[in-house]
Amino acid sequence: MRGAKSAKWVAGAIIVALAATACGGSDSGSDDNGDKASTGSFDPNGKFSVEVGEPQNPLQPANTMESNGSIVVGALFQQLVDYDAAGKIVMVNAESVDTTDNKTYTVKLKKDWKFHDGTPVTAESYVKAWNWAANIKNNQTNSFWFSDIAGFADVHPEKGDPKKTEMSGLKVVDPTTFTIELSTPIPYFIYKLGYEVFSPLPESFYADPAAAGEKPVGNGPYKFVSWDHKKSIEVTAFADYTGPDKAKNGGVTFKNYTNLETAYEDLKSGNVDVLRQIAPKDLPVYRDDLGDRAVDKAYSAVQSIVPAFYTKQWKDIDPRVLQGLSRAIDRDTITKTVLQGTREPATGFVAKGVLGYQDNVGGDVFKYDPAAAKALIKAGGGVPGNKISIQFNADGGHKEWVEAVCGSITQATGVACTGDSKADFQADLDARDAQEVKSMYRGGWVLDYPVNANFIRDLYGTKSDGNTSGFSSAKIDGLIKGADAAPSLDESVKLYQDAEKEMVNEMPAIPLWYYKVNAGYSDKVSGVDYAQDGDPILTSVQVKK
Amino acid sequence: MGRYVARRLLQMIPVFIGTTLLIFLMVYALPGDPVRALFGDKGADPATVARIRHDLGLDQPILVQYWHYLTGLLQGDFGTQIASQRPVTDVLGEAFPVTIRLAVLAFVIELVFGIGLGIIAGMRAGRLADSAVLVFTLLMISVPVFVLGFIFKTVFAFQLGWTDPNVSGEANWGELVMPAVVLAGLSLAYVARLTRTSIAENLRADYMRTAVAKGLPRRRVIGVHLMRNSMIPVVTFLGTDIGALMGGAIITEGLFNIHGVGGTIFESIKRREGTTLVGLVTVLVLVYLATSLIVDLLYAVLDPRIRYA
Repeated sequence: MRGAKSAKWVAGAIIVALAATACGGSDSGSDDNGDKASTGSFDPNGKFSVEVGEPQNPLQPANTMESNGSIVVGALFQQLVDYDAAGKIVMVNAESVDTTDNKTYTVKLKKDWKFHDGTPVTAESYVKAWNWAANIKNNQTNSFWFSDIAGFADVHPEKGDPKKTEMSGLKVVDPTTFTIELSTPIPYFIYKLGYEVFSPLPESFYADPAAAGEKPVGNGPYKFVSWDHKKSIEVTAFADYTGPDKAKNGGVTFKNYTNLETAYEDLKSGNVDVLRQIAPKDLPVYRDDLGDRAVDKAYSAVQSIVPAFYTKQWKDIDPRVLQGLSRAIDRDTITKTVLQGTREPATGFVAKGVLGYQDNVGGDVFKYDPAAAKALIKAGGGVPGNKISIQFNADGGHKEWVEAVCGSITQATGVACTGDSKADFQADLDARDAQEVKSMYRGGWVLDYPVNANFIRDLYGTKSDGNTSGFSSAKIDGLIKGADAAPSLDESVKLYQDAEKEMVNEMPAIPLWYYKVNAGYSDKVSGVDYAQDGDPILTSVQVKK
Repeated sequence: MGRYVARRLLQMIPVFIGTTLLIFLMVYALPGDPVRALFGDKGADPATVARIRHDLGLDQPILVQYWHYLTGLLQGDFGTQIASQRPVTDVLGEAFPVTIRLAVLAFVIELVFGIGLGIIAGMRAGRLADSAVLVFTLLMISVPVFVLGFIFKTVFAFQLGWTDPNVSGEANWGELVMPAVVLAGLSLAYVARLTRTSIAENLRADYMRTAVAKGLPRRRVIGVHLMRNSMIPVVTFLGTDIGALMGGAIITEGLFNIHGVGGTIFESIKRREGTTLVGLVTVLVLVYLATSLIVDLLYAVLDPRIRYA
């Protein structure tokens, strides 16, 4: 479920520029340069370690959704395109991706790209990999990502065995060119191509996909070395890598931690170099402990509370009631106190850092005002039953803020509010899928690709996979359809912005806050930055000598 | 003796089947579908979910699943993990060596210090040493494990810098000493108290007076007559505690980032990895059965009046 890697290589480029001006190349260790003293000297072959958990799945690109696996897969594989921090597309393995009608895309590959086993990356490497991943027989959890491509139903039928092994929409033209035909035009399809699912696979993969998941051979900046289960995963910089995000370090050790508290202790005692997140227990002290090595940075994810629209309570609700509830939540105070500054109050449905993000789209609707909240709820006919509950998973650290949100609502409007705790994430998901949520549930969304469509279509379209609340609005669906049919990306993004404005009137969810990365790193490394999905950008990290 | 052991071994079969079935049913009863959970927050594609469930045999009735599991088990096949698609035997093979090392260390600490303190307190019942041991064991019993772990880390790792706060991937013996002390803490206190009571009581027993009256040397009176009789309740406790040390280390393992059985059990429950969980518990059941058999046999050694036909 972790999506794009975003600004990875651009940040990398900045580091390159800095290194070039400051010390004239960090690879030779030329100590005679005076400027170097300020930045310290770096070891281009130095290795550093990152905190992760044990990846749940084999390391196959189309099978890795959870964060522990995707950070490793992201290091080993590279896709056709990537995006910079402003959300602009950047060519990586592709020389160009062209389209005239948003339906047929022609991909030209850069020459000289190699897999880690030395075989060349060709058009065939992509087409075959995607056909394999889309095939339902191969049980890849991310296979639905290929559903935009014409002929997907042939390899991934709803029931039974696939009729074909190849999608009709993918055609190899020559060794470095292939075409993708979609079943319907999608102006922002090129953005999806930066997701790990769309990685190429080497020929050796198909001989034994299971073994390949244990010892992946990719085309990315890092080469796989070893996976000592539950202990560590080692990758080393790939010398023949020609992409723009060549590693500034010698390699990475992904060290396995079962909880964030122990990882933080190890960071303090120098046993791990880069953390992805600080445990809640250490949040109050980590800035003092780490000084300028403490990281506090927004990334593209949003948390909301979502009414279960299939319940009697919310079935025909007047959106003004939901707007009223939204105005009853004191986001500023809760993010500052209960969440200790680890979140930022939301002002819209689309997270920051995404193409098409609009500042303050919700306007007053997201501002705390008890009087207005009461008035809106009254105008909308009141909350049915005058009582709501918020379902959350008790194992995810949500209890505190759910209670705070409930307290805020009750205090402001007199509507009774309780937390509805499920033992763990699985039980929470179960209730959502079975449509057994009693009133509202906690929803969270991390970007897959940095376009506002990802936060609108994939969550609130009537038939979207991410729509588990039963929200359905003909108007929103119409706007989404219109935006998807737009002739260009810019217009599509604009139309999606209109859809977001309309969503404020319909309130398919009550957005609460945007996420932030609260992490840190050791004094052994520098150049540590975090991408839009919240993961550290590995290739730009430099190891001090 | 041989017949007794044979009978006990045969009794293990129904116990074994019963416990595995029970765990199997319990995992099955938990809400949440492990296959659906592979897809996380975002919606799952129902066709893929159905396909994976079918391939794993999860769409069959629970008793059929259990039967397949049991027949597999008899051939040494512990099944496959749902998410990672790795054989459960591999997962067990990683988890157990670490936990066994930890448990052995903890057991030795518990044995040496527990019995040692118990003897000191018991021999001097009512005097200062006894009171000191009582206070110490009371502390160990009442302080929660994670508090103890935290204190140890703060003092030994952060302030004194003698050791790293956490255990590395290798989990060497040296690194495991601190976690082992924490893990052994609670049981150590129980062992000390059991030993103390038993010794203090037996000191007044008739056979002790007889032994002293016979003019036996003090070392023999205490070493053989007193110890042997006082150890019976302690051995019972130590026996069952081996199992507890193996399986009950969830908190300690979590505290020190040890990737052993405790953490694996916790993770398997969270991810609803039924086969992994049953596999782990199966091994633990075997450990319990084996240690309780050894304890029963030790009784006969300690007290010749207890004889097994």
